[in-house]
Amino acid sequence: MTIDSSASGGPILAARRISKSFGEVQILFSVDFDVRPGEVHALMGENGAGKSTLVKILSGFEQPTSGEILLDGKAVTLPPNGEAEALGVVVIHQELNLAEHLTVAENLFLGREITRNGFLCRAEMRRRSREILDSLGLKLSETTPIRHLSIADRQMVEIAKAISRDARVLFMDEPTAVLSPAETGVFFEQVRRLRDKGVGIVFVSHKLDEVMALSDRVTILRDGQWIATHPASELDGDAIAQLMVGRELKSLYPKKQEPDVDEAVVLSVSGISTDYVKNASFDLRKGEILGFSGLIGSGRTELMEAIVGLTPRSAGEIRLHGRPVAFHTVDEAFSAGVAYMTKDRKGKGLLLTAPMAPNLTLISLGRHKRHGFLNPASEEKAMETAMRKFDVRVRDQGVLVGRMSGGNQQKLLLAKIMEVDPGIIIIDEPTRGVDVGTKQQIYHFIAALAREGKSIIVISSEMPEIIGLATRVMIMREGEIVGSLEGDEINEQEIMRYSAGLKKGVAA
Amino acid sequence: MSGEADVAVGERKNMPKLKIDFAVAGPFLALVVLFILGTVINPSFMSEGNISNILTRSAFIGIIAVGATFVITAGGIDLSVGSMAAVISGVMIIVMDSLVDQTGVTWATILIGCGVSVIMGVGAGAINGLLTTRAKIEAFIVTLGTMGIYRSLVTYFADGGTLALDNSLRTLYRPAYYGSILGVPFPVVVFALVAIIGWIVLNRTAFGRHCLAIGSNEAVAKYSAIKVDRVKTATYIIQGLCVSLATIIYVPRLGSASASTGVLWELEAIASVIIGGTILKGGYGRIGGSVIGAILLTTIGNILNLTDIISNYLNGAVQGVIIVVAVWLQRGSWRSSAKT
Repeated sequence: MTIDSSASGGPILAARRISKSFGEVQILFSVDFDVRPGEVHALMGENGAGKSTLVKILSGFEQPTSGEILLDGKAVTLPPNGEAEALGVVVIHQELNLAEHLTVAENLFLGREITRNGFLCRAEMRRRSREILDSLGLKLSETTPIRHLSIADRQMVEIAKAISRDARVLFMDEPTAVLSPAETGVFFEQVRRLRDKGVGIVFVSHKLDEVMALSDRVTILRDGQWIATHPASELDGDAIAQLMVGRELKSLYPKKQEPDVDEAVVLSVSGISTDYVKNASFDLRKGEILGFSGLIGSGRTELMEAIVGLTPRSAGEIRLHGRPVAFHTVDEAFSAGVAYMTKDRKGKGLLLTAPMAPNLTLISLGRHKRHGFLNPASEEKAMETAMRKFDVRVRDQGVLVGRMSGGNQQKLLLAKIMEVDPGIIIIDEPTRGVDVGTKQQIYHFIAALAREGKSIIVISSEMPEIIGLATRVMIMREGEIVGSLEGDEINEQEIMRYSAGLKKGVAA
Repeated sequence: MSGEADVAVGERKNMPKLKIDFAVAGPFLALVVLFILGTVINPSFMSEGNISNILTRSAFIGIIAVGATFVITAGGIDLSVGSMAAVISGVMIIVMDSLVDQTGVTWATILIGCGVSVIMGVGAGAINGLLTTRAKIEAFIVTLGTMGIYRSLVTYFADGGTLALDNSLRTLYRPAYYGSILGVPFPVVVFALVAIIGWIVLNRTAFGRHCLAIGSNEAVAKYSAIKVDRVKTATYIIQGLCVSLATIIYVPRLGSASASTGVLWELEAIASVIIGGTILKGGYGRIGGSVIGAILLTTIGNILNLTDIISNYLNGAVQGVIIVVAVWLQRGSWRSSAKT
């Protein structure tokens, strides 16, 4: 701790025996938590463990059912709707809260503009913005509209905004979910800078390695209960995972099963190009799990979207079971048995304001018709089967999908794709924002599908996932397939060397 | 394995069930209240004649509102329906009047007029749809534009005055508005049929489900192999078809069309849809609600006609209050059941 912002040197913000119920359902059970000045405190737990609710309570967005919140040692009731910012309690939400059409400077001073005689002092605000950006070592221009910035830069603006509001406690909910490793590095640097200035930072994340790298203390919640708070130096990844799940995680990844060498090639892609992807070629064999690795923005998603007809191709040939095909729209791909599962489950995968059943059958409505009309009973039956098969756990089938946990949403999305019974499944980021228990389940689902003879392409930015699942890995970099690894060659060092551009050359 | 079933579920489960039901039954309850109020104010309100008068008058807006339910559910909006109805009426009259010399005062003449109406409705809908989907212009702008175009076209055709249907032809055509089948006024029969077909299409076909999906999230629809542009265009065509049907029963009522025909119908249709519980930004639509919404709006006017307490000139004001209150009620229940 460098600076003691509170008189006593104790925590800036603390929760004492906080409980929270929504109706009859209790989400938090007498949880203790505190943030000290100048520390990064990681908050971990499976989906549904109560992390988000705790963050909401500590930032005033929800009021606790019982228990108290102490600010500088004094019991307070935090004002709602983000007004706690005035007290120095700032939240950076997962969905960034920036006005896209306003400039960086305008966003930094949004809601507390500097005025003289009722008119904006734009030059003054620009000057002060520049100071804040410089103090963070950010090269962004203060006059750039937010919409022209990358996601990573927007995150930096959020941090700058928090600083400009004299944040004393900063909550960040999975801030790195959308960042590439390089961007994450820069981001961490900023977080450490803030910490050194005496800001208390609460960091919610699923990524164990990031938590180990960044945090000073770790608190683990499970099923709404406080499990442990330890200095990060006393924990390792396995220990955290165990505390989160409450049992030992033995086989996170199922046993790999390589397809026979003479197994038929079901999908053959040669020379695919789009605006970004350059001349990509690969083969997929029956029953194979083929991994696609690479940094974010390396063109993996774009290549797959080009194959299924979501993105226009400028060149290239696709052969399905040996026959040339050209999908112009994605429904042609689905009809041919090639399914693409998006990585953006909230934006492109699921209807959040609808219940589960219409989501499940959206692609496969044709299978639920009787005399040309939809048959609700048949949809209901499909829903029951899918819930059992993919272990979707909800208490009420009528629940809106937007209110389900990330893990259940992801299982539902997988179930939705599988409803069309595809032979080839392209899964983009199978476990983004999903807890470790659900991850394990999804890995086993994927392996089981491969054993059934389905051919699977897995795109993932989490290297352990690719290494644990795939029997063959293609690595992309800046729109090109730059490498291919098989069997024992598949390891982090090799993948990284290709992704970072240190090594190039396609073996296959 | 992931520990617990969804915790968030409980939040919803614990919401009083009554409240959800209220959101669905709300418009119907409001209608019942209005009917009781009407009877108290004037006992003749509940007479068969008056009820059938209300239903008949609400048929135009009601039929258009069924079409608007599709457009709005799929995330669009069509402001051009009132002007579209006017220009279709005008052209129908011009065509029928000019055919009287060849085909005479016969049903054939009228049927040709109706055919013209359907072709124009479908065509106008297709124009709105293609401009929004192909040219990628916001529906609000496109239909604001076509609204102006159609309105000025009918003024031009009528030369600033009124287009009148040939008198003997009008006598022949009259039953299409004033006639009845088994005691039910003809417009009410058409209204009921359109509503039933609309309900089935929205709730029991893949097309209807696709409308909901597109209105809810277009990207999700696209990634779910739905032909988004085609479905959206189809909703505008359905809307055009509904306008044409409404016009077909409207023309025999007055036998004329002018620049003031169908003025503000688009707002009444949209109001009916919204009062009925359909969400303006799309993703959720209720045909039954739109039907009740249309009847509700007509009933307000009717009650004001039967009483001196509030001037009939304040009809629009009362309707406006009802619209705002209806949406306010909806918003409250919608938020607590859909908050994420």
